[in-house]
Amino acid sequence: QLDRGCALHTAARDGLSSVSSQDVPAERPRAVFHTSESDPAKHTEQHEGRLYNIPLEEVKAVFPHGLPHRFQQQIQTFNEARVMVRKPALELLAYLKGSNFAHPAVRYVIYGERGTGKTMTLCHVVHYCSRQGWLVLHIPDAHLWVKNCKELLQSSYNKNRLDQPLQASVWLKNFKASNERFLQEIKTQKKYMWGKRESTEEGRPLREVVEQGLARVRSASDAVGVVLREIKQQSHRGSFRLLVAVDGVNALWGRTTLRKEDKSPVSPEELTLVHNLRKMVRNDWTGGAIVTTLSQTGSLFKPSSAYTPQELLGKEGFDALDPFVPIPVPNYSPREFESCYGYYLERKWLQHEKAHTEDGKAELQFLSGSNPRQLDRLAGPL
Amino acid sequence: TLRLICTTTAVQRKNVGASGPEKYTEAFIKKQIEEFNLGKRHLANMMGEDPETFTQEDIDRAIAYLFPSGLFDKQARPLMKHPTEVFPEQRKIQWGEDGRPFHFLFYTGKQSYYSLMHETYEKLLTVQKHQDQLIAQDSSIPLQKEKRNLAGSRWLTKIELEEMLLEKVSDDDYSRFIQLLQKLVALPCADIEEKYIQKFSKEVPVQLQKVVIEPLQYDEQGVAFSTGEGQRKTARATAVVYDNGTGKITVNGIDILHYFPVLQDREQLLFPFQFLGRIGKHDMVCTVSGGGRSAQAGAIRLASAKALRSFVTEKEVEFMRQAGLLTVDPRVKERKKPGQEGPRRKFTWKKR
Repeated sequence: QLDRGCALHTAARDGLSSVSSQDVPAERPRAVFHTSESDPAKHTEQHEGRLYNIPLEEVKAVFPHGLPHRFQQQIQTFNEARVMVRKPALELLAYLKGSNFAHPAVRYVIYGERGTGKTMTLCHVVHYCSRQGWLVLHIPDAHLWVKNCKELLQSSYNKNRLDQPLQASVWLKNFKASNERFLQEIKTQKKYMWGKRESTEEGRPLREVVEQGLARVRSASDAVGVVLREIKQQSHRGSFRLLVAVDGVNALWGRTTLRKEDKSPVSPEELTLVHNLRKMVRNDWTGGAIVTTLSQTGSLFKPSSAYTPQELLGKEGFDALDPFVPIPVPNYSPREFESCYGYYLERKWLQHEKAHTEDGKAELQFLSGSNPRQLDRLAGPL
Repeated sequence: TLRLICTTTAVQRKNVGASGPEKYTEAFIKKQIEEFNLGKRHLANMMGEDPETFTQEDIDRAIAYLFPSGLFDKQARPLMKHPTEVFPEQRKIQWGEDGRPFHFLFYTGKQSYYSLMHETYEKLLTVQKHQDQLIAQDSSIPLQKEKRNLAGSRWLTKIELEEMLLEKVSDDDYSRFIQLLQKLVALPCADIEEKYIQKFSKEVPVQLQKVVIEPLQYDEQGVAFSTGEGQRKTARATAVVYDNGTGKITVNGIDILHYFPVLQDREQLLFPFQFLGRIGKHDMVCTVSGGGRSAQAGAIRLASAKALRSFVTEKEVEFMRQAGLLTVDPRVKERKKPGQEGPRRKFTWKKR
């Protein structure tokens, strides 16, 4: 019942695999760490601790902008994308499978210490939902919207708010890349005016709104707002499922490092993008789910030891997100650590002679404290 | 008038070249002794103690209390000791009123040295005569009764000999004297003159101090544990190492990943366990205070190594010692000197 086959790219390696396992009997067989189950829908507890493969084309289609930087580098190095199946992700998937879509959207907050794999869990869930055919609204890192913004325009729609054309256009591009077919299907329900001359009629596909936003960068943030509103209203009707995946949701309620021209600090509500996103994250719509992650690494003005929802979201954020289902993500369990270590060994990522011994493994486990990020950084120079 | 210098003999000796040693008359010394005794009684009265049973230690304590000093040099602090300890022994005048010297070897220049050599040679001769007598009686060479513990004793050093004789002894003379003593000791019947020889030999304290390894202690659940303490620079750490563990380490109640974000510190903690090959077998709970990040890591390393000694064979303890896991790192911050910017750095040199 356990998948004995190996998830490989080419068929030729299938034939070689049996040979290689006989050649190197000391090494553990590949099957222990890998699963051929590429569909997250079929992942169960048996697959816990194993790595499954995502074909590279799917990676480009589903995650134009969502994966952590280091993971992208690893994909390029190993020429394959392997994600570990872990308990928090399985838990989330179970909830999603069993959730009733007539009820208001349930909010899930993934939290944990630094480097334990929250973003990867989120990506796992996103992959599952895209396989299932949901419309995925994936915001890679909300912190990017509240800091380091070079251009701030005053919004034409609402005088008090500020636009961020660059970030909005980047996000629109990625959104278009990931959800092509939905953009074709969804139609606008209202007429929207972009400035004096351009407008989008009722009943046009959403794709035009996105293209309008991309073409006219000044109105990109408004385009984003329009897209979000349309999607929210229409998922209510039930023609498709909506997943709102936000990474670093605590950015929406914190402080920003941006300043207006008169050097007064900008609070998050004054940013159009943040304002619209907050509306999305409120659970007043049905037919989908909201999965969010807390992130301390990008957060502003928060101590580095803070990782619980209460600390990172602040009172405002906590009240806004309440009630939610918290999902803690711990460090690697011994089994997960072994599979990760075995994967590195197998891909010949660990070149040091001592790394191949049991002692080396114990040393790595001690020094990294079974923290995925630490292990990744440690294994790099080896 | 005499300058009262409250210094020990050794320091006094170094100033000899400048002005020649101060000569104290006997009457002066006697007066000093009387004053000292009176002062001792006064001090005892002041401190409320009994003047009759006021010992030198009590005097030292009283002086330290009445005249507190922050000076680092112990010999520079206020001192009240018996005049014989304070004023160096000096040779009384060697000749009488008519100018005739008392000692018959005075005109050799080194009268006490030569008289000592004569004495020792006399002892040697007596021992040889005794030996001959014994041979004549028993016609057998008497056995040596237990060899003197040569390992635990040493001869007087040249300086000590000089102090004893109150005159300068040259290196040559000193070596000749020691050779004579050794010749005397080599004879089988030297036990007769044991008392004489003991005047010139000193006990050397036993150097080896065996470090006692504490046995394992057992807590409520029957898990074996042991404690160790360590320090480095200004950091002090105590570590409790438990057996049957998973390799979890807690410092001041915080996990090491959080307490030591830097890899280098964690490597320091890992070292004792890795050296013994017991990485995943022990749990550890430590407390540490003082110092900086690196110093705390070093202190915990030492403490854990000391605690691990109880779990491990003696051979491995020896290996650990040779690896340097059990030695206290003596490096501390060096003092800043006046006239310099730091301990070594001098001020910028300006030509004008």
